[in-house]
Amino acid sequence: MAASGRYLRKCTMSTTALEIHDMTVAYQRRPVLWDIDLQIPAGKLVGIVGPNGAGKTTLIKAALGLVPLASGKVEIHGKPYHQQRQAVGYVPQRESVDWDFPVTVRDVVLMGTYGSLGWLRRPGRSEHAIVDRCLQQVGISALANRQIRQLSGGQQQRVFLARALAQDAQLYFLDEPFAGVDAATEAAIFKLLQTMRSAHKTVLVVHHDLQTVRDYFDHVILLNMRLVACGPVETTFTQENLHLTYGGRLTILDEAAEAMRQREPQR
Amino acid sequence: MTPTIALSSDAWILLTGAATNVACALVGCFLVLRRMSLMGDALAHAVLPGLVIAFLLSHSLSIVPLFVGAAAVGLLTTFLIQTLHQYARTPTDASMGVVFTSLFALGVVLLKKFVVGHFDVACVYEGSLELVVLSETICGLPRPLFTTCLVLLLNLSVLLLLWKEFQLSSFDPALATTMGLSATAIHYLLMTLVSVTTVASFEAVGSILVVAMLIVPAATAHLLSDRLAAMVAISALVGVLSAVLGFYAAQYWDTNIAGMMTVAAGLLYAVAVFCSPRYGICSTVLNNLKVSLRVVREDLLGMLYRIEELGSARQMTSAEARRAIGGGWLSRLGVAALLRGGHLRRAGECLQLTPRGRTEARQLVRSHRLWETYLVEHLGLPLDHVHEPAHRVEHFISEQMQRELEAEVAAPEQDPHGRQIPD
Repeated sequence: MAASGRYLRKCTMSTTALEIHDMTVAYQRRPVLWDIDLQIPAGKLVGIVGPNGAGKTTLIKAALGLVPLASGKVEIHGKPYHQQRQAVGYVPQRESVDWDFPVTVRDVVLMGTYGSLGWLRRPGRSEHAIVDRCLQQVGISALANRQIRQLSGGQQQRVFLARALAQDAQLYFLDEPFAGVDAATEAAIFKLLQTMRSAHKTVLVVHHDLQTVRDYFDHVILLNMRLVACGPVETTFTQENLHLTYGGRLTILDEAAEAMRQREPQR
Repeated sequence: MTPTIALSSDAWILLTGAATNVACALVGCFLVLRRMSLMGDALAHAVLPGLVIAFLLSHSLSIVPLFVGAAAVGLLTTFLIQTLHQYARTPTDASMGVVFTSLFALGVVLLKKFVVGHFDVACVYEGSLELVVLSETICGLPRPLFTTCLVLLLNLSVLLLLWKEFQLSSFDPALATTMGLSATAIHYLLMTLVSVTTVASFEAVGSILVVAMLIVPAATAHLLSDRLAAMVAISALVGVLSAVLGFYAAQYWDTNIAGMMTVAAGLLYAVAVFCSPRYGICSTVLNNLKVSLRVVREDLLGMLYRIEELGSARQMTSAEARRAIGGGWLSRLGVAALLRGGHLRRAGECLQLTPRGRTEARQLVRSHRLWETYLVEHLGLPLDHVHEPAHRVEHFISEQMQRELEAEVAAPEQDPHGRQIPD
């Protein structure tokens, strides 16, 4: 009995890339995400969709342990995040870093290998070989020695993607990789996502363009302070669910959140 | 007591100044890159009570208690600033202002109350580089130089050891943290280094120079470099250069050495602002001038081409031509450049296109008309709205873009006004 139980657990471990269980995230005691419960199977491209302020970026940051959870837990391939760092890659929003920073494209992509190196160890020949491969994969080898300010928005996004590839993770979180890029880059990113899927990677993408959700993703997470729906695009990305997601915030959630921030019932 | 190594007193002063500047510049680079330049200022003031308490507890001015006191108060300051911001909802700059002024004042009060005679508050500001040779010696070096060298070595070895951690956590702290390279840990480590560096430098050079040397060489180097390693190296160089220039200037004018070194650093920064190859004012102005001149030349070529195209027998004198493209010295330069480059020739009073000038003009007019066509076809602009934008854009259309435009428009032979688009 025990043996078969363990066997079953192993099975789910290998097929569920990300499991979020009853997670609430609060800033200054004010909940911004309520009771999120979801499971993402491995090897899928997943769009995270919702209006501004829905908590899409917060969902990613919470899963990555960058913001504390008020309650609930996150498991990546069946283990807590801090045991699975090497299996997770992260591409933050492009505006989150200073593009005047004195680093070249190659320097930034090399940063992707720092996680597997850990403290103190320096990148060596094999890390540089990884960088070369990743630069090539996103088509920016020619720009390797440019300072990052001298790149277009699309090229900057490709640098971030190359860095993510250099992380060689199993599960990726991409925060708005399609924001403000040219059509050629958008196509290149999409192609890259497909390549990643065929390598059985799981990729979660915060996405704004509802028109392309059906073309780009297998799964979709519809979010607006709470989880509206999560599942395969065909069954989940419906008019009704979209209406629920975009049809305004739930006033009652807002009121409760405000009351929790102020630590008193509102009258 | 005089140092056991025989050097002139000038040399000792210079060495101490340079070593301080380099030690500060090393950590200063990361303050500048993390947009926390004022943390240097804050820490340089806030560590004072740490020094006083360390002195009171150890009854000595020896190095170890001073460093420990500085590091402890430095960490406390960093923690308080962070915590006040996070929990008391005081904005970061305000919490910084509250914490460092209060701690500094506390230091002054403790100093006046308990340690009259050993410290001098004025000395904390301007230092006493002049007196370096008179201090006791440790390992054959004057004490201030010895402490500074110690800190210089500390900073250097920490940076060498944790180079990639400092780089990543300064550029993208969130990624560093998700990778398990805690950005917070690096932040506190950096603040400790800054505190210790400040304290080591107090005695000799005073807080004015320390605060300046944490920021000014780093800011200068930031203007001059595209790589982190280069920035750190250049900032160290700027530190040394400021020490040398400041020292001799101070001797010349017979004034405070540390102050003069600070002024020298400021001047070097000013030079960098003007002369930096990529971000400098001079290169920006020069570049703008180049573009303006090119626009004027091309406008003139385009105008002469259009007159020819109309088949008119009218010729333009160079005075008329200059007026038509806006007049002024820029137009004079433009005409001169075109004549010299063989794009135009003089026929009496008048200007004529040479075959070479005609070829260039044709490409320009082609760009102009392709752009007009594009605007009408793709943006649906009315005919009277397309000349102006095309006139502005025509100068920036490459051959590659010409081909792309050609592919985009339905009729690449005629512009919307019915004129032929030249090949």
